[in-house]
Amino acid sequence: MTTPAPQPFHQRTEAALADAHLNQTLRRVTARVLDSRTAGLERLPASDDWRDHARRIRAHTLAHLDRYLDEFVTNVEARGGHVHYARTAEDAVTYVTDLARARGLTKAVKSKSMISEEIHLNDHLERAGLQVVETDLGEWVVQLAQDHPSHVIMPIIHKSASDVADLFRRTLGATDEEVADVPAMTKLARARLRPEFLSADLGISGVNFGVAGTGTLCICTNEGNGRLVTTLPRVHVAMMGIERLVPDIPSLGTVLQVLARSATGQNLTVYTNLLTGPRRPDEFDGPEELHVVLVDNGRSTVLGSTEAEILYCIRCGACLNVCPVYQQIGGHAYGSVYPGPVGAVLTPALWGQDEWTDLPHASSLCGACREVCPVRIDIPRMLLTLRAKGVDEGRAPSWIGQGLAMFRRVAARPWLFGAAGRAAAFGTRLLASRGWIRRLPGPLAGWTASRDFPVMAGDSFQDRWKKRQTGKPGGPQS
Amino acid sequence: MPRIARVQLLVTCLVDRLFPETGMAVVRILEKLGVAVDCPAAQTCCGQPAFNAGFRDDARALARHTVDVFSASPAPVVIPSGSCGDMVIHQYAALLADDPVYATRARDLAARTFEFTQFLVEQLGVTDLGRTGEGTVAYHACCHGLRGLGIRDQPTTLIDHVDGLTRVPLPEHDVCCGFGGLFAVKMSDISSAMLARKLDCIERCGASTIAVTDVSCAMHMAGGLHRRGSPVTVRHVADLLDPGDPS
Repeated sequence: MTTPAPQPFHQRTEAALADAHLNQTLRRVTARVLDSRTAGLERLPASDDWRDHARRIRAHTLAHLDRYLDEFVTNVEARGGHVHYARTAEDAVTYVTDLARARGLTKAVKSKSMISEEIHLNDHLERAGLQVVETDLGEWVVQLAQDHPSHVIMPIIHKSASDVADLFRRTLGATDEEVADVPAMTKLARARLRPEFLSADLGISGVNFGVAGTGTLCICTNEGNGRLVTTLPRVHVAMMGIERLVPDIPSLGTVLQVLARSATGQNLTVYTNLLTGPRRPDEFDGPEELHVVLVDNGRSTVLGSTEAEILYCIRCGACLNVCPVYQQIGGHAYGSVYPGPVGAVLTPALWGQDEWTDLPHASSLCGACREVCPVRIDIPRMLLTLRAKGVDEGRAPSWIGQGLAMFRRVAARPWLFGAAGRAAAFGTRLLASRGWIRRLPGPLAGWTASRDFPVMAGDSFQDRWKKRQTGKPGGPQS
Repeated sequence: MPRIARVQLLVTCLVDRLFPETGMAVVRILEKLGVAVDCPAAQTCCGQPAFNAGFRDDARALARHTVDVFSASPAPVVIPSGSCGDMVIHQYAALLADDPVYATRARDLAARTFEFTQFLVEQLGVTDLGRTGEGTVAYHACCHGLRGLGIRDQPTTLIDHVDGLTRVPLPEHDVCCGFGGLFAVKMSDISSAMLARKLDCIERCGASTIAVTDVSCAMHMAGGLHRRGSPVTVRHVADLLDPGDPS
């Protein structure tokens, strides 16, 4: 799939906000998933301790990432796998397309992988002459619709069942009976995808966690497609960000305790696969070759920055579900493969603010994301550090910069602050009728698009306070 | 609990200019409880608007000013705002961490600064102010107070002790109203959509008054309700607890 059209952020949000169908779907699905999350965590005794522990594991791993990467590479290779470190997106796609060419591979089946979306792997493989089939049900729908995922774990959260039924009729020629309900559509997908698994010679998967101590890949799915993708084709390519490591199997257990619960409320995903190396001589199935592609693509820069904490993310999507901004605009409006609160930090942290100027500002800083994050990432703190970087890079609108600079000069002088307050109060009275302003001027007009603004008091609290103190015995005389 | 005889009031810009009576209510409530109130005249703004917009130098200048103003006396500081409270209590330390003089003073100020309802319930140990009222009230939890300072039951406990006031639940009471400071202006379409959702919940809940701990959120929701022509009002908790002037 191609990159989203380079529309300005406000145009994308405008379109999303006008889409009542999208708003209803988002509200319904996020509410349901959040309820499941709460129930899932309640079933886990001492879930807060598990979350703290998971956070410590992620923090520790990233503080020693060099060491764990070395260990991981050594262990994958010791079990017969190949590892490629890709510094850039181009490097990663070139490795995979070169591999496909060298082995004469013609057809790839894919399980869900956000990193392959990040580097636009499908486009490149198709250009290299391969047929690529997404096999996660949601991702397959996205592929058929020539769309993009709008959520990190629920790629088609923006589509209703009837949207998918229409799509299947249009692109697959499905009969009414085949799209009568969700089970029928799932059955159709299953029938269509099965031959693809059997005829593919390349399986491409994402990786939820790589285990440094054993070289194991942990892949979580709910559909079993991850198992087929990594077992049936001759070659398995596993794509992962360099940060997706845990030290050992017990640490993996800890992060898995909170991952599915935070994502969908499940104790574990239906299929939680641990794959270590390609097929061994005494095994009946599994790929002949395993290639692990470790993608950096900006991550090592983030690691040394004030936003390093965003790399703790285990991609559960809870911050998207709970975010009142995401619930209004959905994932596509963010324009990045990583939407929602995590995306609003990760995207500009990875790739700079030239194209992503607005994302750190697409938040009311309500803090709901920090509250639900299974590894307690302080997303609001980093939205603020990114805003500060944006200011240092001269990206802030001049009216805000000049306005705040003037405000600071005034507010540093109490007498001037009082005088300016009186002037502002006078100004609001000029604009108001019956105590409210219906239209504010200039850049403040956005406020009065949907709400009135109150008139400021003629005598401020400080005025009233002074008057009251003067009247008191022993109070200051004026 | 140690007796607190005197506090300093950090009244906040919005209370000062837009809701002065809320500030007076805070003073009257505290004085009625036997706590003397000082209100340093040199106070201005805590710096949060600049901080949230990314203008750290401007925010730092106002943070230093506020630290100076409230360090003249060692008395505890009371703020009728969870948002400005969170700024002083949590953000100053980070903002001034590298400042050799102000880092310590900021930490000292943070340790003796309290949001108003938390001060009443947790520092003074008061839940029943012996007030009476009327009508139906619902509580909206303002974000920074809720998630920054852990304000949960304090305001509702205080409200529930007001005789004659009936409290009803507000659906999605802990979801942001969409204010977010400059967010409401810069991203006004998203902010407006969030506000609309909040106002739908408010109009559905059947309350005649919405109680909050931040007048910024009150200004936002009240502005939206007024535009809709709704009779529902939004009040700071202090307004509902106001004993009125003795005179």
